[in-house]
Amino acid sequence: MIRFDNVSKVYTRGARPALDAVDVEIERGDFVFLVGSSGSGKSTFLKLILREERATSGDIWVAGRHLNRLSNWRVPQLRREIGAVFQDFRLLPNKTVYQNVAFALEVIGKSRRDVKATVPEMLELVGLAGKERRLPHELSGGEQQRVAIARAFVNHPPILLCDEPTGNLDPGTSVGIMRLLDRINRTGTTVLMATHDDEIVDQMRKRVIELKGGQLVRDQDRGVYGLETV
Amino acid sequence: MRLRFIMGEVWNGLRRNSTMALSVALVTFVSLTFVGAAALTQMQVQQLKDAWYGQVEVSIFLCPPDSYEDNCAAGPVTTAQEDDVIAVLEEGNVSELVDTVYVETRDEVYENIVAADDSGVYAQLEPEDLAPVLRVKLHDPEEFQVVADATAGLPGVETVYDQREVFDDLFSLLNSATILAAALAGIMMLTAILLITTTIRLSALSRRRETNIMRMVGASRSLIQAPFMLEGAAAATGGALMAIGGLWLAVRYFVEGWLTSSIAWVDYISRDDVWAVAPWLIVAAVGLALIASLLTLKRYTRA
Repeated sequence: MIRFDNVSKVYTRGARPALDAVDVEIERGDFVFLVGSSGSGKSTFLKLILREERATSGDIWVAGRHLNRLSNWRVPQLRREIGAVFQDFRLLPNKTVYQNVAFALEVIGKSRRDVKATVPEMLELVGLAGKERRLPHELSGGEQQRVAIARAFVNHPPILLCDEPTGNLDPGTSVGIMRLLDRINRTGTTVLMATHDDEIVDQMRKRVIELKGGQLVRDQDRGVYGLETV
Repeated sequence: MRLRFIMGEVWNGLRRNSTMALSVALVTFVSLTFVGAAALTQMQVQQLKDAWYGQVEVSIFLCPPDSYEDNCAAGPVTTAQEDDVIAVLEEGNVSELVDTVYVETRDEVYENIVAADDSGVYAQLEPEDLAPVLRVKLHDPEEFQVVADATAGLPGVETVYDQREVFDDLFSLLNSATILAAALAGIMMLTAILLITTTIRLSALSRRRETNIMRMVGASRSLIQAPFMLEGAAAATGGALMAIGGLWLAVRYFVEGWLTSSIAWVDYISRDDVWAVAPWLIVAAVGLALIASLLTLKRYTRA
C-alpha cells in the first residue's frame, strides 16, 4: 500500500537530510505507529506520502501509484485515496459538524444524494449522531477530532494518515480516539499514525516504525514506544 | 454538485468580503468609465468625420486674369486647359478616387462671392475678373492629397484647396481628448488590476484554512481557484455594469438632452452607441479579473 525504496529528502542543498535512505513497506490493512523525536523526519515522511513534497532520491509508491512519476494534475486523485487527520483538527469554524464532513465530499464532486446518505452514517460511526448542527467551537477537543476523522474517512480512503491526532487531547479522550482509529483499521483501512504518545503506543501493541535523524532505526511488529533497537 | 458548491463558495466569499468586493467594483467602474468615454469620443469623432467629410469638397481654383501665382504666369486658364484638368480627374489615374466633378462657372463664382459679401469690398468685381472653380467630391475624402498632387501644378491651375482643413483643428482637439481619455483609462486599468490582485490575494489568504482542506481531500486545483476567479469576475462585472449605466446616463442627459438642443448642427452619438460599447466593457472587466487572478492564485493556492 505504501512503499519507500531508499528514499531521501534534502530541503536545502548541503543541509542534513530530513529523511536518509529510508526503506519501508506498509501493507494494506496495517496499523503502524510512526515514532521519533521532533525533527526526526516524521512530518517529512507523511508529506512525501501526500505528495506535498517530492523525494530528493529513491522511489515512493502509494496506493499503486509511483509518486516520482505522478504529474501534478493527478495529485488530487492520489489525495482522494488518503484521509488525513491533524493534531489541530483543521475544521472550518463557520461550518457545522455536518457541513464540515459534507465539505470533503462536495469538493470532489459527489452528488447531493450521496452526501445525504454518507455523512450521517459517518457521524454515527464516529459517535457524533445528534450533533450535526453544532459548530466546532461548541464541541470538546475529542469531539472536534472525531469530526476531523469523519471528514478524513467519509470518502472511505484505503489509507488514513494521522499526524499526532491525540496531541491536543487528555489521556481519557485519546483512548476514545484510538478506539475509533482501531475500528476504522478493522474495516481494512491502512492507518499510519505519527505520535509522541508513548502510553498509547505501548497499550495498542501495533507495528512501530521509529525515525531518528531522518534514518529508520526500528521497524518492529507489536512494538512499544521507547525501545531503541535497530 | 460542483457548480452548486462553487457558486455557494462565491456567494460566501462576496458576502464575507463585501467591502473588498465593493472596492473592486468601484475601481473597475471608474476605469471602465474612462475606457468607455474614450471609445465613445472616438465614435463621435468618426461620426463627425463621416458626416462632414461627406459634404466637403476639394476645390481646384483655376487661373483668373491677373493672378500672382507662378503657375498662372502664362495668363488666365484656357478652355483647353480646363478640359485637360477635368480629363485628369475623370479619366486619369485618380479617376477611381473621384466621385463627381462640378464646374462652377465664372458667373456662379461671382454670385457666390457677392452673395456672401456684406462688406461691399467685392462689389467692384466683375465675372470676367474671375476663373471657373472645379468642385470635386471624392469617394474617400482622406485621399485628398493624391488628388491634390495629381492636379496642382497642371497648366491653368492656381491652387487646390481642401475644405477639410477647416475641420482639422476640431478633429485634432477631439483626437487629443480621446488620447487623454485612453491614457487615463490605461492608468486606471493598471490600478484596477493591482487592486483586484491585492483583493484576491487577501481573499485567498483569509481562506487558506479552507483551501488547505480542499487540497487535502483531493479537490482539483481548478476547483480551488474557481471561486476566487469568479468572485473577482463578479465584482468587476458589477463595476462594468455601473460604468455602462454611467455612460448611458451621460449620453441620455448630457448629449441627447442638452448638447443636442444647444448645438443642434452636430450629429451626435446616441444611447445605441453605448449599447455597442457595453459588451466590450464587460469583456474587459472579466479580462481584468482573470489577469489579476492568474497573477495571484498560482502562488496562493498551490496544488
